[in-house]
Amino acid sequence: MLKFIKHHMTGIDGIEIYPIISLSIFVLFFVGMLIWAFREDKSKIEELKSMPFD
Amino acid sequence: MELEKFEYDNKIVRNFTVATMIWGVIGMLVGLLAATQLVLPDLNLTSWLTFGRIRPLHTNAVIFAFVGNGIFAGVYYSLQRLLKARMWSDKLSNINFWGWQIIIVSAVISLPLGYTSGKEYAELEWPIDIAITILWVVFGWNMFATILNRRVKHLYVAIWFYLATFVTVAVLHIVNSFELPLHFMKSYSWYAGVQDALVQWWYGHNAVAFFLTTPYLGLMYYFIPKASGRPVYSYRLSIIHFWALIFIYIWAGPHHLLYTALPDWAQSLGVVFSIMLIAPSWGGMLNGLLTLRGAWDKVRDDVVLKFMVVAVTCYGMVTFEGPMMSLKSVNIISHFTDWTIAHVHIGGLGWNGMLTFGMIYWLIPKIYKRELFSKKLANVHFWLGTLGILIYAIPLYWAGFMQGFMWQDFNPDGTLVNKDFLDTVTKLKPYYTLRAIGGGIYIIGVFIMMYNVFKTMLIGKLEVNEAVEAPSLPKLIGKEEGEHWHRVIERKPVRMIIVSLVVILIGGAVEIIPTFLVSSNVPTIASVKPYSPLELEGRDIYLREGCYNCHSQMVRPLRFETARYGEYSKAGEFVYDHPFQWGSKRTGPDLHREGVGNKQNRPDSWHYLHMLEPTDISPGSIMPSYEWLIDDDLDKTYSERKITAMRTLGVPYEIGYEEKVLEEMEVQARGIAENILKDLQPDDFSPQQVNKLKEKEIIALIAYMQRLGSDIHKDSEEILNK
Ligand code: HEC
Repeated sequence: MLKFIKHHMTGIDGIEIYPIISLSIFVLFFVGMLIWAFREDKSKIEELKSMPFD
Repeated sequence: MELEKFEYDNKIVRNFTVATMIWGVIGMLVGLLAATQLVLPDLNLTSWLTFGRIRPLHTNAVIFAFVGNGIFAGVYYSLQRLLKARMWSDKLSNINFWGWQIIIVSAVISLPLGYTSGKEYAELEWPIDIAITILWVVFGWNMFATILNRRVKHLYVAIWFYLATFVTVAVLHIVNSFELPLHFMKSYSWYAGVQDALVQWWYGHNAVAFFLTTPYLGLMYYFIPKASGRPVYSYRLSIIHFWALIFIYIWAGPHHLLYTALPDWAQSLGVVFSIMLIAPSWGGMLNGLLTLRGAWDKVRDDVVLKFMVVAVTCYGMVTFEGPMMSLKSVNIISHFTDWTIAHVHIGGLGWNGMLTFGMIYWLIPKIYKRELFSKKLANVHFWLGTLGILIYAIPLYWAGFMQGFMWQDFNPDGTLVNKDFLDTVTKLKPYYTLRAIGGGIYIIGVFIMMYNVFKTMLIGKLEVNEAVEAPSLPKLIGKEEGEHWHRVIERKPVRMIIVSLVVILIGGAVEIIPTFLVSSNVPTIASVKPYSPLELEGRDIYLREGCYNCHSQMVRPLRFETARYGEYSKAGEFVYDHPFQWGSKRTGPDLHREGVGNKQNRPDSWHYLHMLEPTDISPGSIMPSYEWLIDDDLDKTYSERKITAMRTLGVPYEIGYEEKVLEEMEVQARGIAENILKDLQPDDFSPQQVNKLKEKEIIALIAYMQRLGSDIHKDSEEILNK
């Protein structure tokens, strides 16, 4: 009986790769973003921060 | 530099604010009625006031009418100021406003009348879906054109959240609303079974993310700094917060379907991404709260900030709890119980509600150029609101735990302790009562706010057009030396929108494409056959009455479930279900194994009496009585066309089957009617009685009940012989 669940999508070749691809895309994206965010220079940050008050 | 003179449009902000309050009160009162019906089922007064029909009205009203108008109010106020530009077109602003209200009114009329697509949080029928799409484009167009006409260089973080909201909601709404119209107010979901479930929860989850969360985070990033006079704690954190949030959220939908017939890998994906969601969510929460660091003395005196602090705190709680609930071991207890309802109300009443109230108290005095009518009343509202949330949520959490454990309790001899599902319901009544009281207190607070705000409006005078001056925008072209990549995106809203779109599409695609590769039309279980025409009509009644608001159709492969309901549900059993009806909450028992051949099966006459008056059969039941199903004749106008529609969607009815539809319905209906009369009046019923009874709606519904989950018991041979 279990096969009805188990084999519903496992029939597609290489389906296991999906979660792995997705996780890698995310991790790469996230690390890249962290690096960029922290290289941002201070004065610009201050300028952006104060936008609601200008 | 030359100064340009222009004016902010405050009238549109006022209009949306008033609409927010009015729809808020209406939506919450409907919720209060629904909550009270679970204690006093007699309050299901007429067909259009039954729980199954008004619960969708409540959810749609608070999400799309209360929060929806709140989003527009906040966006129209902050966008103009952050861009130093009036909204691009007053005409579009007004179309946005009136169009949205008309959509809401059509929902308020159509949902109680039973016009529904039967998909949770997306119940509105296709003409309204199209109207929503058009209105959403109007909103986006107006926002986008304003951004292009701005007088500042960069886009403040709040605006990214608005843009992501716009793009994602558009995608979600369109993908989830693929449906085949049958007539003006009825359609069938394009997807079936597992596929439909996955699309629906991808939508449902992300509606929470991109309708209840991202726009409100945008509002948080604008209004907390404004109300406290302090810039956001960390702008870098806000960049990370934004991208991580929109990236991760879109993947987490499957956590609504743990232990169901959804494939394992998709479930695991949902769990992993749900846990990761804690990071950006808490980043955002801390960013909001830390903005107030060193200003806590202000928070004590300023009621606006108090509302906002409670809102952000609730956001933190709910975004911690959510990932916890997607852990399989916790989900086993929480799923299908009122725990989920408590969870969403920390979000709804706490995060969305309190932030909206704080924003309104801050904004109305600004555009009416006078102090709030009464600070004292606003403080009373604050305490009532906070108290209301606690009295609402704590008993309901308790009820959820209790019920979750009661379902699982086994005696030493391996039998269930609470064999009768109803026993686990009647024990919850005191908690349901407290919950309704909590909700009532919260609503009293909202009434006080309305009084306070309307008084302020009467005494003050709306500054319809607020005159301002700003330098016209310096040339935007050309990249500055060593400019940061993100600022390039910020300056270019088009690119910004495209990048967000790509980010959410990747997540959506990975989640959904594999399910599309599996042709849902090929039955994985040979004995599973399409519904008979009468059963199909019965299913439509099930949708119309919103039975899915109390009943699930998904027996999970867990020992305590199979002991109660029988064989667990298989993906292949739902291939003809347009739309799927797995449900998300069990106020009543699961119904997937209600049909013939199952453990849970009941005679036709049992259903007849039970639907007529549930408490006669199950004393203490809180299910509404459905006597109109026994009075009303089944409308067969569309019976043949329904078969055609289903065939278009891929259900394998043979060509020409339409001609046999009425005849087959007649035979099946007569059989059920005779069964009922044989049981109720043995040896003593006339052919006229049979003829009368067989025409009734109840017969179709019973036909559907008897079919539920029964196909797996038939072997293929039996079907061939038929
Ligand atoms: C307010 C929530 C609620 C709604 C709405 C509701 N039910 Fe129920 N239902 C219950 C509860 C609680 C029970 C368990 C007690 C009982 O047997 O009445 C139940 C029991 C049942 C049972 C008996 C299951 C069994 O075998 O023990 C059936 C069948 C049923 N409901 C069908 C329906 C149908 C069909 C609809 C829509 C027309 C519906 N219900 C709407 C709450 C609800």
